[in-house]
Amino acid sequence: MAQVEYRHATRIYPGTSAPAVSALELEIQDGEFMVLVGPSGSGKSTALRMLAGLEAVDEGQIFIGDRDVTDVQPKDRDIAMVFQNYALYPHMTVAENIGFHLKIKKRPKAEIKQRVLEAAKLLDLEPYLDRKPARLSGGQRQRVAMGRAIVRQPQVFLMDEPLSNLDAKLRVATRTQIASLQRRLGVTTVYVTHDQVEAMTMGDRVAVLKDGILQQCDTPRALFDHPVNVFVAGFMGSPAMNLIELPVTEAGVSLSAAQIPLSPAQRAGVTGDKVTLGVRPEGWDIVSPAEGLVATVEVVEELGSDSYAYVTPKMEGFDDGRTIVVRAESGAHPPQKGEQIGLRPKTASVHLFDTTSGLRLSE
Amino acid sequence: MTATTEVSDTPVIKPGGAKEVRRAFSSRTASILIIVLTILWTIPTFGVFVTSFRPGHDVANSGWWEFFVHPKATWENYHTVLFVGGSGVTGGIIPYLVNSLVITIPATLISLTIAAMAAYCIAWIRFRGSDSIFFFIFALQVVPLQMSLIPLQRFYNLGAHIGTVPIFPALHLGQHHPIVQIWISHTMFALPLAVFLLHNFIAQLPRDLMEAARVDGANHFRIFRTIVLPLITPALASFAIFEFLWVWNDLLVALTFGGYNVKSTPVTARLQQMIGQYGANWQLLTAGAFVAIIIPLIVFFALQRFFVRGLLAGSVKG
Repeated sequence: MAQVEYRHATRIYPGTSAPAVSALELEIQDGEFMVLVGPSGSGKSTALRMLAGLEAVDEGQIFIGDRDVTDVQPKDRDIAMVFQNYALYPHMTVAENIGFHLKIKKRPKAEIKQRVLEAAKLLDLEPYLDRKPARLSGGQRQRVAMGRAIVRQPQVFLMDEPLSNLDAKLRVATRTQIASLQRRLGVTTVYVTHDQVEAMTMGDRVAVLKDGILQQCDTPRALFDHPVNVFVAGFMGSPAMNLIELPVTEAGVSLSAAQIPLSPAQRAGVTGDKVTLGVRPEGWDIVSPAEGLVATVEVVEELGSDSYAYVTPKMEGFDDGRTIVVRAESGAHPPQKGEQIGLRPKTASVHLFDTTSGLRLSE
Repeated sequence: MTATTEVSDTPVIKPGGAKEVRRAFSSRTASILIIVLTILWTIPTFGVFVTSFRPGHDVANSGWWEFFVHPKATWENYHTVLFVGGSGVTGGIIPYLVNSLVITIPATLISLTIAAMAAYCIAWIRFRGSDSIFFFIFALQVVPLQMSLIPLQRFYNLGAHIGTVPIFPALHLGQHHPIVQIWISHTMFALPLAVFLLHNFIAQLPRDLMEAARVDGANHFRIFRTIVLPLITPALASFAIFEFLWVWNDLLVALTFGGYNVKSTPVTARLQQMIGQYGANWQLLTAGAFVAIIIPLIVFFALQRFFVRGLLAGSVKG
């Protein structure tokens, strides 16, 4: 078990000019569950593969524990990796798959058997130890891939979207299993996903990447409450935060009837003449049309516990095709399709960003 | 998992294409056509088979189909070929069959081993110029074998020189170890095609599988031995059969580098002698040919069971 540190780590694929991962600075504590999240092409998988040693580090260094592993072969890094498509050895049984590393390390047969059995028990794989991967279901294969990592007792677990090939229901169940397994084993884990729900639910901390650049790394709660820029604000949370560009006036920012004052610090951060107002779906108060921003309800999504209304505001400078998502208060009478409502942001739920730079305007 | 998805896991055959081809071949006209072709194809072999049981006098005077009008069969030809000899040679064919095996089995194994390793290196170890090397090896197939016989013979006997500076010593194997020369030559001639075919097969193994093994602590040799070799057995088996038949049926290379010599001459050279200087002993050639066919048939049926589809099933989600 060890901490992991990226120091200015950069990867530029041959033949491309833009780095896939650019000067990544990230410290992962001992035993921490770190999730790397971002849209496709954000460099999250590359960052993971750099840590695994499967991808060269063009600049900077990577440390596992106190050891500089930048130029160390994957097999000597003491890491275990779970691949997106599991990459099981198809000609070996489940037991042989799980015990492959131990066999390479020339552990005694009895020890291999013992440790494989322990890992299999942990993952409910005991009945399948003699089967080949072809005769397993998707979920079982995924568990074998996990078993192959667990049995090694490595310093770091690396997981590259291990749930993306499972169906939705199994994914949610396995998500919890992996998280609780990691807490129990206490092994430092780096987990890559494009799914922000997975990131929020599993990670001790979450690092958001975009275009190879680390945007923000913090606890899920902090990411959700204090996104540092427009990208993180829009990426984390589902449905996504509503982002509305508004001109800055003397009094601050006005959204129909609602006035949002800017603090001196915030005002100093504005580089252009506009700010981006961010309000999450649950950050709106639904009021009568006279009291707030007038909007027409286009669609209502009923999810049982919640309902989300997609509304078109009557507002100058707001693109026609776009809608604002509003969560209707539970228990209250949900807005109906075609109905006119008024919207007012709750004071505590307002996020302000500088439109030109995209950075958060903090109070 | 259904059968179709397992087919899709094999690197060579696309499920849609294979299915269509299978359907096209199972139609009635296609079946009849194939049966007719098969019969036409088998007639010459059948003729040889019949001839091998006819007395020499009959063979010289009438065609093999006359056998059905005037049936006269004898074991004489097989007896002569196996135990007596003929055409100026005493002794049966058995030592030559053994020679053929001694030539063929190592030649096949050596070329297969080297080719598989080379193919793995070119396909999965990144190094500068790996693509160029692959294309160069592939291009070597253009060189006809016959063109290289004399240069190769000179190389064995004299070594390689630039001016008067020797860069490779003469091996002098011809005198005492002609068979080693034959092995090396066959290996050389087989490598370009073998590397090419196996490379294409090995390069299609999933990348994640190699990476998983690397993370699991395997070095390249380990990956080659425990991951790659088991997964390419169908390719290895097909090339083994191919190379075995090629070497077994070879006359030119064996004669060039071995000469007529009871210690190294393969059965093909013996068959060529058997017909006699004036081509009079047809009946012996046919019998000898049938004796010589047996071993390739055994090899074919033994290796056939390795043609397994769907070896990669369950490895990576496709």
